[in-house]
Amino acid sequence: MITLNERGADTDPVALADAIRAALQVRADGFARIEADTALWIGLARGCAAGWQDLGALWIDDHHVRMALWDARENCRAIVSLTLKAGAYPSVGLHHAPALRLERAMRDLYGAIPEGIPDERRWLDHGVWPGREHEPGYHFLAVDGNGLHQIPVGPVHAGIIEPGHFRFTANGETVARLEARLGYVHKGVEALAQGAPVEKAARLAARMSGDSTVAYSFAFSHAVEAALGWDVPPRGQILRGVMAELERLSHHVGDVGGICNDAAVAALLARCSLIREDILRTQDALFGHRMMMDAVVPGGVVRDIDASGAAAILALLERIETGFHRVIRAYDQSPSLQNRTHGTGIAEPDFIRQFAAGGFVGRAGGRAFDARRAFAYPPYNAVAFKVPTREESDVDARIWIRIEEIAESAAIIRQLLGRLEDGPIRAAPPPFQPGAGAALVEAFRGDLFVAVRIEDEGRIAHMHARDASWFQWPLLETAIKGNIVADFPLCNKSFNCSYSGVDL
Amino acid sequence: MHILLLDALLKGPATERAPSPDEAAVADLARALGTRARARLGRSLAIREVDAGSCNACELEIHALGNPVYDVERFGLKFVASPRHADVLLVTGAVSWNMREGLERTYAATPDPKWVVAAGDCAAGCGVYSESHACAGAVAKIVPVDLVIPGCPPTPTDLLKGLLALVEGATRSPR
Ligand code: SF4
Repeated sequence: MITLNERGADTDPVALADAIRAALQVRADGFARIEADTALWIGLARGCAAGWQDLGALWIDDHHVRMALWDARENCRAIVSLTLKAGAYPSVGLHHAPALRLERAMRDLYGAIPEGIPDERRWLDHGVWPGREHEPGYHFLAVDGNGLHQIPVGPVHAGIIEPGHFRFTANGETVARLEARLGYVHKGVEALAQGAPVEKAARLAARMSGDSTVAYSFAFSHAVEAALGWDVPPRGQILRGVMAELERLSHHVGDVGGICNDAAVAALLARCSLIREDILRTQDALFGHRMMMDAVVPGGVVRDIDASGAAAILALLERIETGFHRVIRAYDQSPSLQNRTHGTGIAEPDFIRQFAAGGFVGRAGGRAFDARRAFAYPPYNAVAFKVPTREESDVDARIWIRIEEIAESAAIIRQLLGRLEDGPIRAAPPPFQPGAGAALVEAFRGDLFVAVRIEDEGRIAHMHARDASWFQWPLLETAIKGNIVADFPLCNKSFNCSYSGVDL
Repeated sequence: MHILLLDALLKGPATERAPSPDEAAVADLARALGTRARARLGRSLAIREVDAGSCNACELEIHALGNPVYDVERFGLKFVASPRHADVLLVTGAVSWNMREGLERTYAATPDPKWVVAAGDCAAGCGVYSESHACAGAVAKIVPVDLVIPGCPPTPTDLLKGLLALVEGATRSPR
């Protein structure tokens, strides 16, 4: 741990990079740990706003407010900590809007006050928690203008979908503003993890957002392994990669079908959902669970595959490619479908940069960040793949990013299976000792960050997870502006943000 | 799109044979709801899904029920957009306190006769969130539950067996 203090609000990227590099050598997880004073804290918040580095996460742990920052160009990452003073700290959101919801959530959960925060409204606390009830009510931001009307939607939606509230302000058919209110599926995950043994916390992590169960297990395991100095055998690393890519494939295929369905082409949904079902059944047969829940654990993975298992995956890839090729052709040749996706729901590239939006939302708008590439972790440090990007940033571009990533995932799986050498799949835990670790992995919808602190006997002192959706939901709000209300399902599905993952 | 059409004509249907309903559940349900149900329902059910605090994996499997392999609509089971059109509420999740009112109001908006199916370990009250201060726990603590389908998440086959038991139970005479 190093301490920086002399530098003030003029902290520049070079100084950050130097400081991080100086601290890097001591950390197994690749994150430098920096103790900041108030001036440095504010300087870094302003640095995020200036685009010198990306804000990755912000959370409260052990009387500290902590912020994860990274700069992919400089190849540096840091976790910066500031001690709370009388339960307060200088607001990052005051300088850098992407921090606002994170700070509101942390105030609701831990009472930590972000001094100067421009948005005082509660976020996760809806006024109904037992023993903490208060006047419910929530003030949506005011929109003034002639002929505007509001359309409230949710929390219970018309489809089979997670709950959230969307407040549309529209002028006729055209959306003037959308404001989302989330937190409905807040399940108190951080509090549940506190004091839990590592295995129990791993089960919780696998259920942060069920659609990214492998990715969350992967990130949690990495963080725990970094904290304890737990080495994963190569075969375990490779199988993790195979599972993570299968998970990406299944959701990309499913979402392409879902988007087409929202544009009223149900035949493509049927096709895609057949391919998806094929993937889930293969996963079930090989890894013991249709979604591979609890298959990735600290130390490695729980199930091995034999030669016939590897052959089954290769055969699956071929079936996916044949089936999906027809879907792509049909999509490409349907003007009525393209008419709905082209130019619809454009996420502004400026916002994408500001919010450091990950996944296909970022990459469809020119931000090439991919945690598998930017901070390559095993097994991605030894495979070749492309990170596709587009500039249009509309629904169509997000579909094409998915299509291209499906091909890349298949290529990655083939490379990994080709390197599958005999050996153990899981290592026994080293003696438990107090420690901290963090990990950044690429889930299907974007980068996700997990930090853990472990105390004696392998109990979790604190676990924090930041889903990619934190920085994608606000972009969805801006992307729908100027579109018609009827295009919202299309935009929403093309983002496919997680509710569970941000409601924590 | 014509490629898909040709493909569909050449290949057979993807749909699988139906699983038989969960027999024990059928008997229980027939006892519990037989008379009040039979006259009203026929053999079809309109289902409104409610996520009351799930991790979203249960939703993914409920979605899968609609794919051509399970093709849930062939049994007269139909997912509807509003509780006003529903006979059944299919509820997932550990009922977060933040969703309790949403669940209660959805239940109140569903016309009688109505049934509640709690799907998944969370909804059953034994999932990973059951001890959370932020969750009420089992769905049964908030609204009366007629059938529980366990699993984390329940597979589409589990869900289908349970829902078929509901159709059977609701239409078979009580013993
Ligand atoms: S039962 Fe399992 S899959 Fe379903 S919501 Fe709960 S944790 Fe998620």
